[in-house]
Amino acid sequence: MSNIIEALAGALASSAARIVDLTHTLDPDFPVIVLPPEFGQCARFRMEEVSAYDHRGPAWKWHNLTMNEHTGTHFDAPSHWVSGKDVPNGAVDEIDPSVFIGPVVVIDCSKGAAQNDDYELTPEIIEDWEAQHGLIPADVWVLMRTDWSKKSGADYLNMAKDGPHSPGPTPAAIELLLKRNIRGFGTETVGTDAGQGAHYMPPYPAHYLLHGAGKFGLQCLRNLDLLPPTGALLIAPPLKIKGGTGSPLRVLALVTA
Amino acid sequence: MTQSLPFPPKRNPQKPTQVPTVPPMVRSRAALGLGVMAAQGRFGLQVCAQCQAVQYPPRDACLKCLNDDLPWQDVDPTGRVLAETTIRVSPEPYFRERMPWRMGSVKLNAGPVVNCHLHGEVGRGDMVRMALKLDKAGQGVLIALQLEGSENMQDDPVLRAMSCDPKRRRVLITDARAPMALALTQALLNAGAAHVFLGEPEAWRRWPERAAYAGMENVSIVPLDVTDVSSITKLSAEIGGKVDILVNTASFTRPGGVMGNDTTFARDAFEVNTLGLMRLAQGFGPAMASRVQDGVNSAAAFVNILSVHGLMPDPAYSAFGASQAAARSITQSLRSEFRGSGLRVINVYIGAIEGDPWFSTLPPPKVTPNAIARATVQGLVGGLEEVTCGDIAKDIYARWQNDAGLLEREITGGGS
Repeated sequence: MSNIIEALAGALASSAARIVDLTHTLDPDFPVIVLPPEFGQCARFRMEEVSAYDHRGPAWKWHNLTMNEHTGTHFDAPSHWVSGKDVPNGAVDEIDPSVFIGPVVVIDCSKGAAQNDDYELTPEIIEDWEAQHGLIPADVWVLMRTDWSKKSGADYLNMAKDGPHSPGPTPAAIELLLKRNIRGFGTETVGTDAGQGAHYMPPYPAHYLLHGAGKFGLQCLRNLDLLPPTGALLIAPPLKIKGGTGSPLRVLALVTA
Repeated sequence: MTQSLPFPPKRNPQKPTQVPTVPPMVRSRAALGLGVMAAQGRFGLQVCAQCQAVQYPPRDACLKCLNDDLPWQDVDPTGRVLAETTIRVSPEPYFRERMPWRMGSVKLNAGPVVNCHLHGEVGRGDMVRMALKLDKAGQGVLIALQLEGSENMQDDPVLRAMSCDPKRRRVLITDARAPMALALTQALLNAGAAHVFLGEPEAWRRWPERAAYAGMENVSIVPLDVTDVSSITKLSAEIGGKVDILVNTASFTRPGGVMGNDTTFARDAFEVNTLGLMRLAQGFGPAMASRVQDGVNSAAAFVNILSVHGLMPDPAYSAFGASQAAARSITQSLRSEFRGSGLRVINVYIGAIEGDPWFSTLPPPKVTPNAIARATVQGLVGGLEEVTCGDIAKDIYARWQNDAGLLEREITGGGS
């Protein structure tokens, strides 16, 4: 192989490298974040037939789609949060595309999340992980594996009278990740923050701190159980939406066989 | 005595569904007024503004004084049957399918002698109360009823064809989360509905009120979201042939004027209140329209719970009002589209709902879920097209009928 790209193509062809799809299907019935009803809401994914080989278009089928920037498996840009509104190049169309492909590490919190819906990713858990796998390098994606993506229906948002209950990071955990100067943070839940994340200080620490620092978010991921703790490559380019604060996207990971 | 309707046997799958026929439709412009009255469940005739003569049949000039100002008014519905006859031959397909057919003449206490259909319990010489009903063609017709009918009088075949009685019928309530859905379910079952399907949008959002339906007999909760055409397509494919009455309870409300509101909420209002109704009509309408003559549990009515502010907006709820006005407009077009099949479109107009958080700042009177359920069932039993429920809806509807321009000024222009 004469160059690295050809080597990669060869590895994919020979299954020495594999692609793992970390994306949920965009489905009208897939949960979105639910806010108090007096606030504006995240639009659900909707698909409307424009024609289907019929009088509206005899030889073709196509649909109009409606959704929010933050519907389904999606990317959060810094401008999504008030703390990141003045971050330079903070909208999806302004972000340097070189960051859309990069290394990813996975912190497995699935055992704890199976026992506690409000399981927290803490600095201790991150440091334990680092004790095994080494310091989290700069400019990597960090994904919190909880196997939450295997839940469906009402169990996914897990809404109760006192709000949703799903795992997420504590403010201190995010601060530690920022100290490592990560590229972004991703989860299997509907947001990068815990279901009860409004009750931390600052509220919604992942959103507030990450985006304030110009970092990115990914949420509603799946198949994180198919990724190694280190050594995979994440491909996560959002749509190039002018001034967009995020985007539904296809998230892929490259892993060695 | 009218015999109670039998429980319908399961369909013979080798027999085609009977194609709906309707009675003769053509009327003079004056006679259309009978339908206007019947649609509201009123018994009214033209009364001469000059000499007070009650007119029948409807006409353009007074039968006594030739005055041409003949406003429709509610009149005394009682009278006595003078004569009856039984018709055994007719060129009209609708009546040929239903021969023999009894008709009579009734001397109204209000004056005129009218020709009318006879309820099975009514015969010559009886004191009767007249009712104006919509027939399957949607036209106002007269039927003579016993003053005190028997327990099952609604099951009389002539009267049942003029009503949309839920007895023995299967009903789809489109949004189980709507404030009146539970009361409506209970009222329909009490009125003899065979089954109530309740649409559940977004099952991934828990709602504690769902527990109230647990263990209820003849009730099924099914996935349905009026904003999602794929969910409507799927459900209509499953149960479209079993929906005899559809009651659209889905509604989206947010307060706000035009300038202070935002179009995101407005779009949601139109998605649910207007386009949702349109999608339901597309998904369930064709099958319902084809089953209007499908035996005891035939399709009968497409019911919409609408805000009376569809007639005249409350400016504090501008987008909501606009979506309701648009929804009402769609129901009017639907009436025309269903006219040939005999499927009835019933609008139940309501005001602010008691307990609905979006109306919490409005003063009473408000309309309760039970009242909405009661009015809806009454509208179905009566076979109406226009039902008003609660003081606010009744008042606004009446003022709108009387003088829409004045009502607009009352609501938006500083009326006290």
